[in-house]
Amino acid sequence: MNSQEGETRSPYRDYCGWFEAEDVARIQHKAVQAEALFRTTGITFNVYGAVDGDERLIPFDVVPRIISAGEWRRLSRGIEQRVRALNAFLYDIYHRQEILRAGRVPTDVIAGNAAFLPMMMGLDPPGGIYTHISGTDIVRTGANEFYVLEDNARTPSGVSYMLENRETMLQMFPELFAKVAVREVSDYPINLLKSLAACAPPACGGTPTVAVLTPGIHNSAYYEHSYLADHMGAELVEGHDLRVVDGRVAMRTTQGYRAIDVLYRRVDDDFLDPLNFRPDSMLGVPGIWDVYRAGGITIANAPGTGIADDKALYSYMPDIIEFYTGEKALLPNVPTWRCSDPEHLREVLDRLPELVVKEVHGSGGYGMLVGPAASKKELAAFRAKLEANPSNYIAQPTLSLSTVPIFTKKGLAPRHVDLRPFVLMSPQGITITPGGLTRVAMTRGSLVVNSSQGGGTKDTWVLED
Amino acid sequence: MLGKTAGSLFWMARYLERSENNARLIDAGFRIALTRSQTAAAEWKSVLVTAGVNQAFQAAHGDYSSARVIDFLLRDPANPSSILSVIRQARDNARTARTALTRETWEAVNTSWMTLVALLKRQVREDDLPDVLTTIRRQSAQVRGALNGTMLRNDGYHFALLGTYLERADNTARILDVKYYLLLPSVAHIGTSIDNVQWETILRSVSAHRAYRWLYGAEISALKIAEFLILYRQMPRSLTFCSERMENHLDELQRHYGDETEAWRMAHALVHDKLNAPIQSIFDGGLHQYVTGFLRDTAALARQVERDYRFVE
Repeated sequence: MNSQEGETRSPYRDYCGWFEAEDVARIQHKAVQAEALFRTTGITFNVYGAVDGDERLIPFDVVPRIISAGEWRRLSRGIEQRVRALNAFLYDIYHRQEILRAGRVPTDVIAGNAAFLPMMMGLDPPGGIYTHISGTDIVRTGANEFYVLEDNARTPSGVSYMLENRETMLQMFPELFAKVAVREVSDYPINLLKSLAACAPPACGGTPTVAVLTPGIHNSAYYEHSYLADHMGAELVEGHDLRVVDGRVAMRTTQGYRAIDVLYRRVDDDFLDPLNFRPDSMLGVPGIWDVYRAGGITIANAPGTGIADDKALYSYMPDIIEFYTGEKALLPNVPTWRCSDPEHLREVLDRLPELVVKEVHGSGGYGMLVGPAASKKELAAFRAKLEANPSNYIAQPTLSLSTVPIFTKKGLAPRHVDLRPFVLMSPQGITITPGGLTRVAMTRGSLVVNSSQGGGTKDTWVLED
Repeated sequence: MLGKTAGSLFWMARYLERSENNARLIDAGFRIALTRSQTAAAEWKSVLVTAGVNQAFQAAHGDYSSARVIDFLLRDPANPSSILSVIRQARDNARTARTALTRETWEAVNTSWMTLVALLKRQVREDDLPDVLTTIRRQSAQVRGALNGTMLRNDGYHFALLGTYLERADNTARILDVKYYLLLPSVAHIGTSIDNVQWETILRSVSAHRAYRWLYGAEISALKIAEFLILYRQMPRSLTFCSERMENHLDELQRHYGDETEAWRMAHALVHDKLNAPIQSIFDGGLHQYVTGFLRDTAALARQVERDYRFVE
């Protein structure tokens, strides 16, 4: 929140004025209220592997993270460029593979990659859209320095937190919104619906029927699935509600089977179709793949999209952006060592205590090493894992991430954050909701913001011009 | 609406109703156990039979001590009808049908679940039991209030209410099924009124002991009690009241969807044939046969609703 000189950065000026005039006890009380609100609403999170872990609450911080109109303009231009490039990359990689021919991305990064879906070769998804919904994780290291940490092009989650955090802030501090002009986020669900409907398949006649596919109530993101379906006015379906009827994917209603035009799926590729992918999957729809091939349904995001946010590909993103847009990347990548490269591996092993090492296919902060925070034992164990299977890892320097204030018992205190803006793409264009999800490492000094690792969230404000 | 969603609303309502009914049964059983220790075991057994979990209880415990039965009925995860199991299932169904519920209704169900999970974390002490049972019933009333006050009167609403009345009819019929022998004119009872405490238990387990008094005064007879519980149209837990509501909600569903269903025909027959008889003729034909017949009919109706509206594949 403060610049290097210790002055309050300008986007925070109005907020700070309000905060200083407030009674800390009142804010403390509001923070407790917010938690009760989240519990009643059922905005809970299941943690994999925890014994009685279903139903945990993601900590919510009452201090908003504030982004100026100018900062947001720059960020959103960079994000839009990136998402456009990702979609173009996906089209190319599943068609002529020009980028491989041009040698800008090595063939083996694609060919040997489990996220690459050969079945998608030559297939044209409706409207030419692969990444209908994506999230770009961004960190800040200085006044004007933003880095893209990773792209999320499979099924990025967290958007319901963005929406509920704002709702909670509006309920708790209505007067604050009269003082500070903050851009709206609440039209996300309706934009999502429009964006999905604009990608209806050729078989659709009339108003497209959109449905959200969830693995079910035991999934960690179920709250979000039901939230989005509810706010779009779309049915929330599970695999066992669906079957293929007359060449269409149809859902079992009280009145019989009705065709679905656009399926916003929140299950992984592997689980989509037990006939064509994993035979043991109970989550998907037998035969959906054949309907998809024949233009009977739009699947969002398109199958095979995962190749674009694979961590092995991340380091090539600057090239990918340049290749498809003819421009330099507006938002830089974090420098990345690919451990599959023996030279890179050597350097990573040498500098392990100062690096962050991630699994290529991992997500959610599982299986990663934060060098500076790791014990000698953890470092040694990780070193062994790295040496055993180097191509499974990438490494990045520990960035000196900027901090924003959170509310603690002792007043405001700085914590590290990242930002995940949510991006919608359809043939009609790209929509980025101003703001996004700010995740915050709740423990002092920690860099891990993942909710599965105890990270929290806060409302994100983009100021009006 | 998805068949699954309709089914989840139906079952959410059934489980919520069940939790309330079971709280009432425990309350009635507890009263007898306190006042008549010599008949406590028999009374607890009949409570367990009414709740349909006597076999499960016997397998796990054996003897009918109050503390054990109460804990089994309130909290035992091995008992699928314990309050805790039932409220969890109600909430799971509400989550599955979340998109068809208003925020208020969902929050009422979720709050019920949170409250009861906290309340039943540890074994309940006997002197806390009345408070706990009151809370359970109050939670159920809150959900009903939210449902009533905020839900669109669309198909989803009717599925939920259908579940409520089906469960309630089933519950009242089960009470009659277990206690019917008390209402039979046997040799010992000729010329005497039936055991005061026993009939009061029956009425208490449907929260109607006061209502009965208002209606019939001091006249306590088996015939009147049976009439009250089976045929009395103003009594919200009588078989007739519940069946008429079921018929009504199925009627609304037919109107909503515009086609006739077998389930509606069954509910119609229940109201206009089975329940359209004087109480004396029900007794003449055998009260027990009558009640088991009713239970069979409602079970068949529930299956038919599931088929007609495609709750499952």
